[in-house]
Amino acid sequence: MQAIVNISLKEGVLDPQGRAISHSLNDLGFSEVGDVRVGKQILLEIDETDPARLRQRVARMCETLLSNTVIEDYSIDIPDEQ
Amino acid sequence: MTLSALRVAIIVFPGSNCDRDMMVAIEQLTSRRPALVWHKEASLDAADLVIIPGGFSFGDYLRCGALAGRSPIMNAVLDHAARGGAVMGICNGFQILTETGMVPGVLIRNAGLKFSCRNVGLRPCETLASPFTAGLDLGEDLTIPIAHNEGNYFADADELDRIEGNGQVAFRYAASDAGGPVNPNGASRDIAGVLSSNGRVLGMMPHPERAMSKLHGGTDGAKFLLKSLEALVS
Repeated sequence: MQAIVNISLKEGVLDPQGRAISHSLNDLGFSEVGDVRVGKQILLEIDETDPARLRQRVARMCETLLSNTVIEDYSIDIPDEQ
Repeated sequence: MTLSALRVAIIVFPGSNCDRDMMVAIEQLTSRRPALVWHKEASLDAADLVIIPGGFSFGDYLRCGALAGRSPIMNAVLDHAARGGAVMGICNGFQILTETGMVPGVLIRNAGLKFSCRNVGLRPCETLASPFTAGLDLGEDLTIPIAHNEGNYFADADELDRIEGNGQVAFRYAASDAGGPVNPNGASRDIAGVLSSNGRVLGMMPHPERAMSKLHGGTDGAKFLLKSLEALVS
């Protein structure tokens, strides 16, 4: 099964990269763009058939390695769950 | 104990690039060559000081220090620290220490988005008891180079208040003859180095091993390292 992990910076954490992208978009004429935040997406192929168990394992992976919970939030999407 | 009896171990990860410089620096001060320990090792011989050197461990993949922080050797380093052993992390080593939770906070992208490589002024702070700050004079700033892209120290306001209140801020960036902005990376409250809550673990962005002789352009790195080593043997 596939799990999709989305990682984003917590509110209040400075995102210099997002700020630079916002400035560039403004310079390119997209003047409507305000705050920009950059995150990352991690696609995991996992040998598991039970979505609930998969979600639990992936949450542990997020807590252990995939995100730094001091500055990042994560969400887990399991497309086959529906 | 004399300086030459001091057992120093330097951890080497794929992508470490200051491990040898640190080995030479420590040997210059103690006349004893530190052990270089590969990250795949699961155990650590008894050491008086473990150093996590600078570099780009695992290519900075995922987050700086994230993968190194979960290497097999780090369990042994965590055990060493849990026993009250001394640990020093420089630059990428500091990032690795934050990833393991051995020191508080996290290091994010420099506010100016540029790799910053130059001398900075470093002000020793009043801290809790620690071998890394015991010998330093509060009024005497040091000049030591930095070289990093992710040195912007971050923690939320409550955490910053807490570590300041505990005396865990070891160094702040300060004005120096080297010029340039005082704070080179946007670090919260100008923090350049922090201690663990027991004072036995130090993480700092500047590279003392790069300020060991006049040929390096300065000797304040040697001064800082020597004071730390002397505090560890006393």
